[in-house]
Amino acid sequence: MSSTILEIKGVNKTFGGLHALSDVNLQITEGETHAIIGPNGAGKSTLLNCCIGKLIPDNGSVTFNGRNMIGMPPHEINHAGMVRVFQTPEIFPDLSLIDNLMIPALAKRDGTYSFNPFKSMAKEKAIRDEAMESLAEFGLDKFHDQHAGSISRGDKRRLELAMGLIQHPTLLLLDEPTAGMARHDTNNTIELLKSGKMGEMTKVIIEHDMHVVFSLADRISVLARGHIIATGTPEEIKDDPKVKEAYLGEEQEDE
Amino acid sequence: MKNLFKSNAVIMLVFSAVVLSAPIWADPIGANYPDLLQKFAIFGLFAVGYNILFGLTGYLSFGHAAFLGVGSYAAVWSLKLLTMNVFLGIILATIISGLFALVIGFISLRRSGIYFSILTLAFAQMSYSLAYSVLTPITNGETGLQIAADDPRFLDRLFGITQEGVAIPSTHFFGFDIKSMDGYFGFYFAAVVLIIGFYIALKIFRSPFGLKLKAIKSNQTRMTYTGFNTRPYLLSAFVISGMYAGLAGSIMVAIDPLAGAERMQWTASGEVVLMTILGGVGTLIGPMLGAAIIKYAENIFSALNNTELTQMFNFAPETIQNALVFIVEPFVGKGWHLSLGAMFMLVVIFLPGGVMEGVERILRLFGIGKKKKVVEGDAK
Repeated sequence: MSSTILEIKGVNKTFGGLHALSDVNLQITEGETHAIIGPNGAGKSTLLNCCIGKLIPDNGSVTFNGRNMIGMPPHEINHAGMVRVFQTPEIFPDLSLIDNLMIPALAKRDGTYSFNPFKSMAKEKAIRDEAMESLAEFGLDKFHDQHAGSISRGDKRRLELAMGLIQHPTLLLLDEPTAGMARHDTNNTIELLKSGKMGEMTKVIIEHDMHVVFSLADRISVLARGHIIATGTPEEIKDDPKVKEAYLGEEQEDE
Repeated sequence: MKNLFKSNAVIMLVFSAVVLSAPIWADPIGANYPDLLQKFAIFGLFAVGYNILFGLTGYLSFGHAAFLGVGSYAAVWSLKLLTMNVFLGIILATIISGLFALVIGFISLRRSGIYFSILTLAFAQMSYSLAYSVLTPITNGETGLQIAADDPRFLDRLFGITQEGVAIPSTHFFGFDIKSMDGYFGFYFAAVVLIIGFYIALKIFRSPFGLKLKAIKSNQTRMTYTGFNTRPYLLSAFVISGMYAGLAGSIMVAIDPLAGAERMQWTASGEVVLMTILGGVGTLIGPMLGAAIIKYAENIFSALNNTELTQMFNFAPETIQNALVFIVEPFVGKGWHLSLGAMFMLVVIFLPGGVMEGVERILRLFGIGKKKKVVEGDAK
């Protein structure tokens, strides 16, 4: 049995009168790919935001690698090893692709702040090579000097994945990594997330697409109306009557 | 070959040559007098520093004239109390304006966007009011701070340096009178400081620190989630640009040893914003170009008057001549700000990237410079 690296205990979050999360408990063990599914508005994104310091839960605890994450600013949470990839690609649109990758690599090396105005970027060969290698891995090296704002949406998402990965996180949080992608791109992304370094990494994935979820997840947690109603292997989840009722049932009604 | 043109050494060589040869190339355009050339260099320096904040991080400060003023006052006090050698005054002014920027920046950077701009504006106006009235013992209020014959000048006295035969001694740089060479020494002095300032800016632009500042401009939220504490980065940029402003203020004093509160007024802060935008925000040369254009226009347009305009349109029949003079007159002389406004509007509308965008377009037309990057079609 491998160890727990992220433990969410009794987390509550309300927005006005709305209970976005009520008493959420979740444990992520090292090496697993854990999918969080649930209908729209179930609180999935809120849960991620509570982990990375974007939101502070009303109560409860978030412990990562034995450290309390609540109240820690986002940049320190990043350095603790928890890195998030956003749903709408959060990149640096005005900078070249290579710069987009060198920045997270520099964050890893320089820490939260370092003042080095007289160092030359041209001499940062190690960082540049690392960034270039990473671009090649994601098939983006041919665009390396283009502005990141000018590439296609699918490429932007791949770029952001690369930006997360170059920091060698202990835990990668992915918010709908395939949303808005064509089937072909989705399959590519699944392959990417399964293979190599990405495959071994501990991941939490929020996803709507069941094809993606069942292709990737070792375990699945189902979130509905702010509650975790089930956690288990894909097979267990498939057969869970509560899940069918809360999630699949509702989904069918919607359609 | 392309890399050669981009190397620091080549850029600095070309830049220095252009700046130092200003008396030659400014002659045909009627700008070859030390007073104006000095302004090019001083405001160029101010704009280069301002661009480190505004151009790199995108934080629009409306209060940078305050630092220029603080630098000026600090430099005059150094001349009064310590020595007529401007070297010490320049160093002190840069340090003091840096400290001043540290305090104002620390508070203003608690907010971003328009609120940051308003905070800096408020601080600058407060500084102006303080200098104009409240702090009269330090700033000499309305009259402005000047040097006098009976100033203590402790260091000069200590080393027994006196200037014979003059009531009020003149500023010098290790013995070289700033006013010598018919004022051209003052220009070359300012030009050398500008070249040094430009070199430092170039290094900053091309450092990891500079890249991180550009990334803050592009997507600050992302920077936070990438593991950067953005506040100290912004504060560093703010202090550096404040020091540039103080340095520029002290060069003004070195050339003409007086400081007045009007240097800190919000219009002066606005001017450096105009210079930067006109020339090209975030480009290395642009802000300096903007400074030169504005100072040049100020001198040329404000000097024109009715008689000269009549002469200028002499080629046309009298009715048309009168009509032309009638139309153009409000834009020159005292109304030169109208010309500036029109120029600014044209640039912002047609060349959002400033004059530098125009230059780049022309270069591209001739096939030099970087080609426009192929934009990949969006998948959706």
